[in-house]
Amino acid sequence: MSAPVLSVRRLRVEFPRRHETLVAVNDISFDIARGEVLGVVGESGAGKSLTGNAVIGLLEPPGRIGGGEVLLTGERIDRLSPEAMRHIRGKRIGMVFQDPLTSLNPLYRIGRQLVETIEAHTEYKGAAARRRAIGLLAEVGLPAAEARIDNYPHQFSGGMRQRVVIALALAADPELVIADEPTTALDVSVQAQIIALLKRICRERGTAIMLITHDMGVIAEAADRVAVMYAGRIVEIGAVRDVIGRPLHPYSAGLMGSIPKLDSDLDRLVQISGSMPRLTSIPSGCAFHPRCPRIFEPCAKLRPDLAPSGQSHVACWLYNKVPTNAEAAP
Amino acid sequence: MLAFIIRRMVQALLVMIVVALIAFTLFRFVGDPVNQMVGIETSAQERELLRQQLGLNDPVIAQFVRFIWNAVHFDFGASYQFKQPVIDLIADRFPATMELSVVSALLSLIFGIPMGVYAALHRTSWLSRFFLTISLVGISLPTFLTGILLIFLFAVSLNWLPSFGRGDVVALGFWSTGLLTKSGLKALVLPGITLGLFQLALIMRLVRSEMIEVLRTDYIKFARARGLPDRIVYFGHALKNTLVPVMTIAGLQLGSIIAFAIITETVFQWPGMGLLFLKAVQNADIPIMSAYLLLVAFIFVTINLVVDLLYAAVDPRIRIDLRPV
Amino acid sequence: MSAGQGASPSLTPRLRWLSRLLDSDIAYSFWQSKLTVLAAVVALVIALGALLAPWIAPQNPFDLKTISLLNSHVPPAWQKGGDLQFLLGTDDQGRDVLSTILYGSRLSLAIGIMSVAFAAVLGIALGLIAGYVGGSVDALIMRAADVQLTFPAILIALLIDGTAHALFGQYRDESATIWVLVLSIGLSFWVQYARTVRGLTFVERNKDYVLAARLIGIRPGLILVRHILPNVIGPVLVIVTINLALAIILEATLSFLGVGLSPTQPSLGTMIRIGNNFLFAGEWWIAIFPGVTLAALALSVNLLGDWLRDALNPKLR
Repeated sequence: MSAPVLSVRRLRVEFPRRHETLVAVNDISFDIARGEVLGVVGESGAGKSLTGNAVIGLLEPPGRIGGGEVLLTGERIDRLSPEAMRHIRGKRIGMVFQDPLTSLNPLYRIGRQLVETIEAHTEYKGAAARRRAIGLLAEVGLPAAEARIDNYPHQFSGGMRQRVVIALALAADPELVIADEPTTALDVSVQAQIIALLKRICRERGTAIMLITHDMGVIAEAADRVAVMYAGRIVEIGAVRDVIGRPLHPYSAGLMGSIPKLDSDLDRLVQISGSMPRLTSIPSGCAFHPRCPRIFEPCAKLRPDLAPSGQSHVACWLYNKVPTNAEAAP
Repeated sequence: MLAFIIRRMVQALLVMIVVALIAFTLFRFVGDPVNQMVGIETSAQERELLRQQLGLNDPVIAQFVRFIWNAVHFDFGASYQFKQPVIDLIADRFPATMELSVVSALLSLIFGIPMGVYAALHRTSWLSRFFLTISLVGISLPTFLTGILLIFLFAVSLNWLPSFGRGDVVALGFWSTGLLTKSGLKALVLPGITLGLFQLALIMRLVRSEMIEVLRTDYIKFARARGLPDRIVYFGHALKNTLVPVMTIAGLQLGSIIAFAIITETVFQWPGMGLLFLKAVQNADIPIMSAYLLLVAFIFVTINLVVDLLYAAVDPRIRIDLRPV
Repeated sequence: MSAGQGASPSLTPRLRWLSRLLDSDIAYSFWQSKLTVLAAVVALVIALGALLAPWIAPQNPFDLKTISLLNSHVPPAWQKGGDLQFLLGTDDQGRDVLSTILYGSRLSLAIGIMSVAFAAVLGIALGLIAGYVGGSVDALIMRAADVQLTFPAILIALLIDGTAHALFGQYRDESATIWVLVLSIGLSFWVQYARTVRGLTFVERNKDYVLAARLIGIRPGLILVRHILPNVIGPVLVIVTINLALAIILEATLSFLGVGLSPTQPSLGTMIRIGNNFLFAGEWWIAIFPGVTLAALALSVNLLGDWLRDALNPKLR
């Protein structure tokens, strides 16, 4: 098996504040292989977007990487100089944001925004770059690309705009694309198209995709593997059919249960009581324990790490062996 | 687009009419034209005759229409103080004010915009803090105080520059310019700085805060995520998006420079319209006041209109009316 | 953020609230910026001086009986010919410059604050009405605002002032001058408040809690004041911070130009006007000291306003 495109090891993102340092992403590790779509799912505030920002090196101060490593095809990229990081961005890692309307500069034609990206990272210049741009637009499914390349962003509908954004992210042919809530701002009917587009790109170009979303339905459609995040940590990670079909962690189970399904005849959706803890008051032990329906003795005191359970990895005392004396970190 | 232009022109016309109404009310009802024109000994009958002759007993609407008609033909009546046609007085002093205003406006833009951009890009450098301090002083010092301090320093103590007047002027047709003589240029320096300092500080702060806002937007973040070089991110994207709203506000500020010229002209005894207007206010010389009002309103409205059209020319969202596909 | 951890439970609730305030992020950013602290101190000194002028000023410059022409043109105490009785010198009428500064600051601050208050009240009221009622009332108010916005404040103030002068010239006494000034300056500034408040009122009006209140039958006036007004105060405060310095400067400018306060009841601007005449004669103290005071006042108000805006801006936290 070839080396993974992206390898994140024990990544930690923290925010130094006046009295203390808040840890928003705490010790997470995962890999993404070539041509694979890894979904990163969780409620708002779980740390998903921060993980994406940390990988591409766009953490906004005072946020910073407090520990761990980020490896792109085996090379460390988390400690590079800003200039070196800039070369990686766009060329080797592309990123797609949530709102296509605000992602594009309203004063510039999309052709110009495409061409400048192509010229910045490849040897194509001028007319050749423009031809490439038109090719990209066609690839992402934009009709009449040659005519519309000179349009302004506001002249496109939401779905079309997101295609333009994806084209921009792919302009320099990156190995990894981070998609941060790419469908959240779109109509449901358009969401499916964008998901299909992402999957096709992944297949045809072999790009690895990190798909960040809070929508389990999108994960079920698009992802090969999924990592469930809670309060800055990964609580379960595995193949989509395993995590969705037979969720191990009580939180994952809760997330699955909250998706309305056509074939179930429940009157009410299952709801997880309580809400995600704020960064300033993360519970001790397993961060989920105050909301967990299956809480038992070690949960409040000891924090579980990811450990294999079947085909997946899960961080829960229900599956991990509880240490006899308190050696695990509280 | 055409609808937009027409709408703006109608709005401009509306403003002018309202201002004309105010000017007319001032002209006709606040001062008494007759009492100003005659002496104390004139009898009541003669005054009544004069009133009749001047058409002061006609219906108000008729008088208003006549007022506008006269105004369009540059007839604003005669000044109470100087007994001369107002239009002559104003035309005589118009070039002085305009030259001063334009020079100050240019100064404030040429220095203000780069300073603002620098302060936004290098927020923590000492030069930025220095610029910010200057800008704070600039908007806190009243114009007249700046003028006095400059006079005290450069004219009185150091004796480098003149402290009043325009210097020698050259007549070019109906325009008199001070830009072509050495003394004229020297005379422009202190008043120009005085008038321009406030605007420079304003523009600098505006550019800086706009640029900081722009640098926080998603499209700038996306531009960085695409690995575009800093040069393109800052001067290709951020700058253009910053200057578009700045341009409109700067344009409007240019209009207010003409008003602030009143103060500068007073401090430096600059022979412009502003000084004329001030004396008119002090002496209740209504014809000059109402004429100045109309003229200045016209200039402001025109500037506003031009700025609006310019904005539409630059921002494609207003300009293009196509439906999204 | 668990602030107030140092406060023991035995403290009364009020003191605990105070310690929480002192420990809050706003207070933190205040102390952090030494410049802001300096500005606050300067503003406080001037304000106190102005407030306590009748008690601490060595002389009452408005009381003609205490002034003597024999004392005129005395330089500051540390210069040759100076007199310790007149620390900062005297003007051409024999008035003590220090005292005149204290009393003058009083007038400058009072007029500045009153005109801003007037502009705010007028602007908020019109904005609330325009935003809530909508329709032709809104259109009318906004058209008026547009017309006025075409002109800079100084022009409007000059116009109102000049008109008042023309209309009531012969009836003018000293206190009327103050009210005319407050009126002219206030009328020049109401537009910004009105526009901001109107926009916010539009947004609030369509919210559910307002619809609910209307359904219950609560009078519009009550809805406006009890529900919408509190939501509008924040941005208004921001405008006030910018406005106050501008109002003070505008009053000083009007006085300097001779259409403001007269020399018998001078504000800082009037004093600079008087002193300007003697600048070339070498008697700099008559203009420079009031000038420095005015500049310091405007500067510190601006600094405080800047800090307040940054502290209240959630985006910058």
